[in-house]
Amino acid sequence: MSFLEYRVKFAPVGFAKVFYVNWGLYLLITAAAAIGWVMLYSIAGGDMSVWAKPQMQRYAMGFVLALGITFTPIWFWRSMSGTAYVLTFVLLLVVQFFGHVGMGAQRWIDLGFMKIQPSELMKVTLVMMLATYYDWLDDRRVSRPLWVLIPVLLIVTPTILVILQPNLGTSLMLVIAGAAVMFAAGVSLWYFIAVIALLGGGIAGVFLLRGTPWQFLHDYQYKRIDTFIDPSADPLGAGYNIMQAKIALGSGGWTGKGFMQGTQSRLNFLPEKHTDFIFTTLGEEFGFVGAISLLALYALILLFLFWAAVQNKDRFSSLLIVGIAANFFLYLAVNLAMVMGMAPVVGVPLPFLSYGGSATLVLLLAFGLVQSAIVHRLR
Amino acid sequence: MRRSQRDTDESAARVTRRSLFMGGCMAATMAVLGGRMRYLGVDEADQYRLLAEENRINIQLIPPARGLILDRNGKLIAGNEQNYRVVITKEGAGDVQAVMNRLSHLIPLTADDMARVTRDVGRNAPFVPIPVADRLSWEDLSRIALNAPALPGVTPDVGLSRIYPRDVDFAHVVGYVGPVSEKDLEGVENPDPLLHIPKFQIGKIGVERWMEDTLRGSAGNKKIEVNHVGRVMRELERTDGIAGADLRLTIDADIQNFVQARLGDQSAACVVIDVTNGDIIAAVSAPSFNPNLFVRGISSRDYTVLTANDHLPLANKVVQGLYPPGSTFKMVTALAALEDGQIDTDTTVRCPGYLESGGRKFHCWRAGGHGKLDLVGALEQSCDVFFFDVAQRVGIDKIAEMGRRLGLGERHDLPMSAIAEGAMPDKAWKQSRYKQDWRIGDTINASIGQGYVLTSPLQLAVMTARVATGMNVIPRIIHEVDGHEVPRPEPQTLGLDTSKIEAVRLGMVHVVNGAHGTGRTARIVNDMLKMAGKSGTSQVRNISAAERETGVVGNNDLPWEQRDHALFVAFAPVEAPRYAVAVVVEHGGGGSTVAAPIARDALLRVLTGQMPDVKDYPADQRARISSMLEGLKLRNADGTLPQESKA
Repeated sequence: MSFLEYRVKFAPVGFAKVFYVNWGLYLLITAAAAIGWVMLYSIAGGDMSVWAKPQMQRYAMGFVLALGITFTPIWFWRSMSGTAYVLTFVLLLVVQFFGHVGMGAQRWIDLGFMKIQPSELMKVTLVMMLATYYDWLDDRRVSRPLWVLIPVLLIVTPTILVILQPNLGTSLMLVIAGAAVMFAAGVSLWYFIAVIALLGGGIAGVFLLRGTPWQFLHDYQYKRIDTFIDPSADPLGAGYNIMQAKIALGSGGWTGKGFMQGTQSRLNFLPEKHTDFIFTTLGEEFGFVGAISLLALYALILLFLFWAAVQNKDRFSSLLIVGIAANFFLYLAVNLAMVMGMAPVVGVPLPFLSYGGSATLVLLLAFGLVQSAIVHRLR
Repeated sequence: MRRSQRDTDESAARVTRRSLFMGGCMAATMAVLGGRMRYLGVDEADQYRLLAEENRINIQLIPPARGLILDRNGKLIAGNEQNYRVVITKEGAGDVQAVMNRLSHLIPLTADDMARVTRDVGRNAPFVPIPVADRLSWEDLSRIALNAPALPGVTPDVGLSRIYPRDVDFAHVVGYVGPVSEKDLEGVENPDPLLHIPKFQIGKIGVERWMEDTLRGSAGNKKIEVNHVGRVMRELERTDGIAGADLRLTIDADIQNFVQARLGDQSAACVVIDVTNGDIIAAVSAPSFNPNLFVRGISSRDYTVLTANDHLPLANKVVQGLYPPGSTFKMVTALAALEDGQIDTDTTVRCPGYLESGGRKFHCWRAGGHGKLDLVGALEQSCDVFFFDVAQRVGIDKIAEMGRRLGLGERHDLPMSAIAEGAMPDKAWKQSRYKQDWRIGDTINASIGQGYVLTSPLQLAVMTARVATGMNVIPRIIHEVDGHEVPRPEPQTLGLDTSKIEAVRLGMVHVVNGAHGTGRTARIVNDMLKMAGKSGTSQVRNISAAERETGVVGNNDLPWEQRDHALFVAFAPVEAPRYAVAVVVEHGGGGSTVAAPIARDALLRVLTGQMPDVKDYPADQRARISSMLEGLKLRNADGTLPQESKA
């Protein structure tokens, strides 16, 4: 396992690397982040200093970090994936025992200068680990049960810790993104069909066992599902968020109420309006046109990612990019489905828009890896 | 590990195929999301627009008035006062900085205030009123009103805040309120929405804390209509909250004030208890502090002054302070011996000034000894050897059992913070605490309330009340909640033999009134009000043999923190006991000279219901007592202090 295996015919070195970076992709994610800053400025009532400025500073910091990753050879990152995975796993354990308890869930390690959410980090390191595994694994063994069990364990072990935190949204993302890498790596379709069938049974079980001592989920998690199914049943309690979010989105109409004119967010009806529910303000102030434009921007980013994955002849690189694309998609799909009342509220931020350090930083790290794979791809 | 070119090509092709499939799935999902957006924002837009209009009706919480705390006669101890403050809104002010600068010329504002306002203005919607300053005087308020045209967006506002009119007197009993902290919310499921109101105050210590649920009341709310930018247009509907329930304490505020003034700056505690029903009439810990400072947010300088004081003004010594009871414990030893049949009222012991046991000499406080004494004489003169001797016969377990029957080593449950249990040691206690066997020397030390025995002033008062009545007196401090009397348990007898407890009481009568009584100077000469008691002087250091040889250093020559604690317990009137009192003066010196006069003053004050009459004091003390009583700074009937001379 050395860089010799890459059989690089030509790889840019030194300053030349700058010309091989996919600057278009960086431009697109910065555009998404810029939309976020504009919305944060509006939600603060026309004030930069409250949310917009700190978020810009974090983005700038993360971006510099991403550039550092970009110019470091991808084979270095591949050799680091085992270490990174184990390290993140240890952090998850630490957070379980010494973590900061916020909003009822243990999720952060407070390093003083910033708070780290190891479960966010795990989204990237898990994908790195799985891509490394399939890069190493003989192609003929990919679908053998024993060789399927290993990646399953790699996915399930950290997921259990995340579920215990408890953080349903992130654990779901870990499983699906992990499965996406396995799928792309060529694991037999039958495994996936079997798992989906089992899951169907499992979901039925979750609901049948509700109220009995063997129930799988916390009561508040059941309640979230209830309020998702019928938000109006509890309009002042847990269903409040979803109702208000839908009102904000719906009242925007075609072109919205105009910049800084959203009554829903300005009048403080919207909860978490600067974090998970930031999309609602976009919908309210810029309407259907604004919302669909953001969707198009996201679609374009995904298109760039898949193009980079397909074009890359290195198995590790393309699997890594597919995994990161899956993660990116899950962030936005789960968040959008949630704020539009199509999924329960699980607390997943909107990528690059939501106010918050961990998710933004992890996404930038991930895109740094993608760029490194692009710069150092086989040519 | 090299792979064949073919393998790699084929697997690469599969990655591409499956990636494209996944991309397709994602595209489909995004199409669904887009469709949903179109459904909400275009097809159903009218309905949601209507709902958004209706959303202009906002619900705001109205904090309820906190329950009052009154003394047993209805005098106000903790109340609510109108608090005038000014708030600023961004949309009204326009340039917040400029308005704040102008405002800072009219009322005192610190740099911290300015920074907080700037921050809060940024964090909230422009119509949300941000508090600028509170507890403004009328002059400040009228100055602002006068300059109103130059202060757009600045409006005066009125709220309720807690006030303790008898400030220092009730700092320990009633405690104080303060803003809700993170710690207060920790571990609370479904906290009251009131707790989230900025600057909402809850009880932090004492009755304010332990009766919080009763005092708080429940929130009301008002529905208000706001315009498209959120300015309040009119109030639509108002549901008033339920004010918190009023509490009436068993404490008499005037007596509490008298005792507090009497203790003065000494580090001391005094409890007065009604022996007939356990009502605590006064529970004073000195020195005290002004709880109003805490309500307003105490400055770190004031706080440092309080914490740096070696007399510990913040501690409630009545229930938190633990002291060796010294000779006040002798009633316990005596009752244990009598109940066990080891001695009777005629048993005598000869005191040569010491007792030898296990090769050690245990000294009586009087070096020459007392000679032959019976129980009453031993109590009267507080002879240590008598109690050393009988304690050896009874054994510690019986003594400890009697101590517990009289309420020592027990956590009397009152709505106060940090109530200490003290220690009523026996063999099992020492084994579990120190993993050591009980020694006979321990029993001898315990028999005169030294060694491991630790009691709080409250426990000593309860003990005295139980000795005075023979009943299981249980202390209480809450008299009425919301006009309903708190039920008190039916008094139970302790089951002690009347003639035996009579003998102990007689000993206590002789302590104060007998010819050789240690507390004779503190006697009451009015026969109707005669007092019985017991002094105690508990050592906080060991007296070495060398010191004993060369003569013990006088208490007044020692540094303050090495001096003996002065204790005195008493009840009165002797014929029909009504009140019991316990006094502890930390490092005060002799119990009979320092603590006993305080107990006498407190008892005379509560028994007569007015300032003690000098005619009740022995003739030779009257002049001194009279000037001392006149020197006390007592409150007027309305709770205010008399005007200080403007010197």
